[in-house]
Order: sequence, then structure tokens, then C-alpha cells
Amino acid sequence: MAFQLLTRTATFLATLAVASVLVFAFMTVLPGSPAQVVLGVSASEEAVAQMEADFGLDRPLPEQYWDWVSGLPSGDFGTSYVTGAEIGPQIVDRSLVTLWLVGAGMLVALVIALPLGTLAAVKHRRPSGTVLAGISQVGIAVPSFLAGIILISVFSVTLGWFPAGGWTTPASDPVAFLQGLVLPALALGLVQGSVLSRYVRSTVLNVQREDFIRTARSKGLRSWQAMVHHGLRNAAIPIVTVLGLQLSVLLVGAVVVERVFVIPGLGSLLIDGVRNRDLLLVQGVVMVLVLAILAINWLVDVLYTVLDPRLRATA
Amino acid sequence: MSDPVTARTPADVTVGGAAVDGAPGDDHRLVVEDLSVRAGRLGLVHDVSFRLGRGERVGLIGESGSGKSLTALAVMGLLPEGLSASGSVRVSSVDHDLVGASDARLADLRGRVLSMVFQEPMTALNPVMRVGDQVAEVMEVHDLASGRDARRRAVELLAQVRMRDPDGVARRYPHQLSGGQRQRVMLAIALANEPDVLVCDEPTTALDVTVQAQMLDLVVRGAAERDAALLFITHDLAVVATVCERVLVMYGGHIVEAGPTRRVFTAPRHPYTRGLVRASDLGALGVDGTDGSLRRPLPTIPGTVPPAGAFPSGCVFRNRCERADEACEVEPPWDGLPGDGAACVHPYDPEDTAAPGDTAASEPGGVT
Repeated sequence: MAFQLLTRTATFLATLAVASVLVFAFMTVLPGSPAQVVLGVSASEEAVAQMEADFGLDRPLPEQYWDWVSGLPSGDFGTSYVTGAEIGPQIVDRSLVTLWLVGAGMLVALVIALPLGTLAAVKHRRPSGTVLAGISQVGIAVPSFLAGIILISVFSVTLGWFPAGGWTTPASDPVAFLQGLVLPALALGLVQGSVLSRYVRSTVLNVQREDFIRTARSKGLRSWQAMVHHGLRNAAIPIVTVLGLQLSVLLVGAVVVERVFVIPGLGSLLIDGVRNRDLLLVQGVVMVLVLAILAINWLVDVLYTVLDPRLRATA
Repeated sequence: MSDPVTARTPADVTVGGAAVDGAPGDDHRLVVEDLSVRAGRLGLVHDVSFRLGRGERVGLIGESGSGKSLTALAVMGLLPEGLSASGSVRVSSVDHDLVGASDARLADLRGRVLSMVFQEPMTALNPVMRVGDQVAEVMEVHDLASGRDARRRAVELLAQVRMRDPDGVARRYPHQLSGGQRQRVMLAIALANEPDVLVCDEPTTALDVTVQAQMLDLVVRGAAERDAALLFITHDLAVVATVCERVLVMYGGHIVEAGPTRRVFTAPRHPYTRGLVRASDLGALGVDGTDGSLRRPLPTIPGTVPPAGAFPSGCVFRNRCERADEACEVEPPWDGLPGDGAACVHPYDPEDTAAPGDTAASEPGGVT
């Protein structure tokens, strides 16, 4: 198992290295020099050349790449060409906000999907099971930004229970922080919860039909005991796969939802960067998103081997 | 093939006249009466009745789709969703009928009074749970042992089913064991709580021939040591001949013939049983008294088993039977004693011992 952990980690690091080259290359092949973009079309050639020299943009690409990538492990993402500010601290701040948002969204999705999916599976032959499956179908059809707008109009504009947007840090005012987190987390989680509940339903249905569940019942376990003691861990294996994929989707979904709720997260930073043509900032944010998605995949791989002894290397 | 089981005679396991208290009286561990299984309006098993005595080994044979497994599952109260049982299933140590009992009551009996070994060892064990824990669980769920005690007992049971290194096996996962080893784990689970009735549903069908004999020996020994009644489902007549004292023949959800194994296999009365015996290679075992060295194509029963619901009315076998006529269009009455006879209007004469293939050699039967 230790060996597998090692190879998985090596794969993770190698993929990350390749991704960094790709992200850097993409930004470099974009037309127009960053200096030209910053100074505008009317800038003189001398000014552009001067600025390129200042930022080291006239050096060979491998050197520029190394300069950028070697700072990443220590959190040095370079200095913005546009604002002149350090990029690293901004990314760290914004990542924390997005992390809260994605975590809360995932929690909402799980709280919805696990009971709903299990119930829909257990009652799949009854009308109530069909109704539950139908509800999740509706949930899937609603994009998260629309869910966000509907939530705002109902719960903040009409009822006034929660703020329509904005962000309070948990340290400064925990209550206001939670209040502000509810609607965006629901907007993200409702959709993902609907998708997830369908996977939970089919997984639970499949596990219910497994021979070892019948064996468990032949040993004297009630059907629910058989499901809890034998079914859950087996069902967890495919569900973890979907969870990993969904976390990645949530991360991307957060970009949109942050915009709807005016939340200063990674997504807002990315959109600001794109609008200001702040290439180095965009490069940094994209790199962090790639890192997060690769880390999620690595975690899913590790969880597999924990959950399923068949995937562990045996002597 | 040299088989350790063949050396056993029924006398080995007969118990000296100890009467069992309470219902259903006599010396019967299991009494099944008029057991039927339905899927909605479709009848799958019809009015099946049989009794198992203490330490008795009874075979339930028939082609695939004859209702053998459904009968066993109905006895266990483990019918799949959508199927329902009616009739009566009683065990000697329990004072209520198992058919119609609540799942809580049945769960209390399963694994303790009634236990079962399933056909498919590769999928019957939980892949993510250690083997020892799966054996220990059957004792823990009935509060008969717990914690370390249950683990220690589990290792003992694994040793009883002749697992080498039972300590190590207990710590392993099912995928690290062979099919034969897994089936022995299933047997250890089934025997753990000294059940009154052990049901085995084709426990050796999925195993290599080389490990079949050992498994059969363990099943017979395990049941005998506990004085448990054994209901052994198989379509392998040679296995029945070595394991069972009595045999029930099922076709189309009906028991069409019942009797002592030797009588049923040497002088079958129902044309279906006769076809089964002729289509099997029992001659090689000398059960039917013929020379097994004779090599000829095995005769087959013409036609195939119809899908459920497509059996003819009256005698369910009449569309494949060479003796069928108008008299077979009504359901045939039972001919003979309750435990030794056949449901047939035109049974073969008991004197007419069915020498396999004597007629079929000249006119090969239909290919199934």
C-alpha cells in the first residue's frame, strides 16, 4: 500500500509539472506582448521594449518559465504587470474564500444526496421513489447561476432572511459569515446534490442486489443492518469516484456563483484578471485550479485503496 | 474418482430415537407443506410438501428453472423482492409458521436455526470485509459470542472446514482466497451456530472437480456432527447419489417424484426422473448396476424447460413426455406413499428398472 501511495504521489507531481508547462505555454502564445497590452496600442516601441526589459520578458522562454515555476512552491506567483502588486498573497486570500464556498456546497450536496438517493433506491418500486427521482431530475436541469438568482429573489429580496451577496470573513463576524455563506452554498449544492443523488440511488440499488447482501441476510441480519454493515462501504467506492469529479465541477461552478453573489473568491479574481489583461495573475489562478483538481484526483485514488482491499498490492 | 463421501452410510448419522419436543412433532427438523411461490399472478412453485428428519440428507434435483432454488429461498424467507410465498414452513424448535412471519422473527432464525450455503462463492462474501470478521458476525448478530471470543471461534470454525493456516485466512479478504476456500468459509458461517437445518444450493457447481469431493465431505460431516437436517440442491445426480439418502425431483415448480435415492435412481417411476437418470452418467458410479465402462452418447430429454408460466396445464411434463396422452391433461394425483412415489398418471412399473439408454441407444433423443 505504501508503494502504491508513492507511485500515485509521483504521478500527481509529474502531472502537475506538465500542467505548469502547458499553462505557461498557453499564456505565452497569446498574441501581443503583455507589455504592449499594459501600455496600450499607442505606446511607443521604446516604452514597450523598456517595460519588457523591466519585467524580464525579453529573456528566453525557458528562463522565464523557470523563473515563474521555481517561485510557485514557496507561494511566489510573481508581480502583476498591471497593478504591480504581489500575486501570491491575493491568490491565498481568495483561495480560502473559494474553499469555504466549495466545502459548504459539497456539504449541501451530500446532505441532500445521501438520504434522498438511498430513499429513492429503497422505495424504487413505490410511487414515492419515482417522485424522489423526479425531484432530482428537476434539480439537474437548473444551472447553478439560475438557482442563485432564484434563491436571492426568494430568500433575500422577498423574505429578507439572508444577504443577497457580499462576504464577511469568519474571523471578523462568524454569524454574518454563515449567513452570507448559506445562499451561495445552496446555489452550488442543490444542483450537485441532484446529480449526486441519482448516482447514490443507482449505486444503492446495485449493492442491494449483490449476493453478499443476501448472504448477510441469511446470517440473520435485517435488511437495513445488511445495508449498513455490508452495503455502505461497497457503495462508497463508486460514490467517491463521482464525488471527486463533482468537486472539480464545483470548483468551476464557484467561478460563476461568486459572480452572482459578489464574493471575492478565486473565480472573481480570475475574471478580474482576464478583464484587466493581467496575464500573470490569470496564469497563477489557473495553476492553482489545476493543482486543486489534481489534488482531488490524488485523494480519490488514495481513498480507493483505503476502501477497497482488492486495489491494494498484495505480496 | 475416489470419494470419501461414498463410504458414509445413513447409519452413520442416525440418532437413537430421540423425540423432538413441540411442533411439528415426530423427529422432523423441517416440515414444508403446500409451499407455493408466486410472482404476482404467475405461479413459480406449486404446493411443494416434504419433511426433513434429524440428521437426514435429502437431495432436491431438477433442471435449471425447475424451482429448486426458489423453494430453498422460500424456506429461508429470502425470496427476492416481488415474489411471495404461501403454505407452511415449520422447524421443530420454533413454535410458529415461518411463512408470513415478520422479517424480524425470520432474521432471528436465519443463521441460527436455518442456514444456507449459496451457489456462487465468488460473490457471496463481502469483498471489503475480512474473512474472520464475516464468520464472527454470524455469532455476534445472534449474541452467541462477541468480540475476541467470536474471533477465536471463527478461527476454530475455519480450522474445522480444514482451512490451512486458519489464523492467517481469518485476516485475509475474500479475493485472496480460491473459490473452494471461499465456499468453505461460507460453510463455516452456515455451521457456526449449530443450525437445525442446513440448506445447500448447488454448493459445488462452481468449483473445480478436484475440490468438489472435499467440499461434499465437509458438508456431510458438518451436518452430521450437528445432527442437522440437510437439504441439498443440485442438478448433478452423481453428487446426490453420494450425499443424499432421499431425493426429491422437481420439474416446473412441482415435486414430480420422491423416494429413497437408490430406488429413485434405479427404478424411477416418473418419465422425467427416468429421463434425468438416463441423461446422467450415473453408470460410471455403478449406482444403476450397469457397467460404467460402456461408452455411448448420453440420451437427452427431448425439448427444453419452458420459461415460467409456459408449462402445459395438467401434468407439467406432458409436452416433453413420450407417455403423455389425454389423461395427462388434468393434474396427476400422487401415486405411492407421501415420501416415496411420483405424480404421474402413467408411471413406469417399479419392476422395470431403467437400464440407461437401452431404448435411447437405438433412437437418440432430441438434442437440447
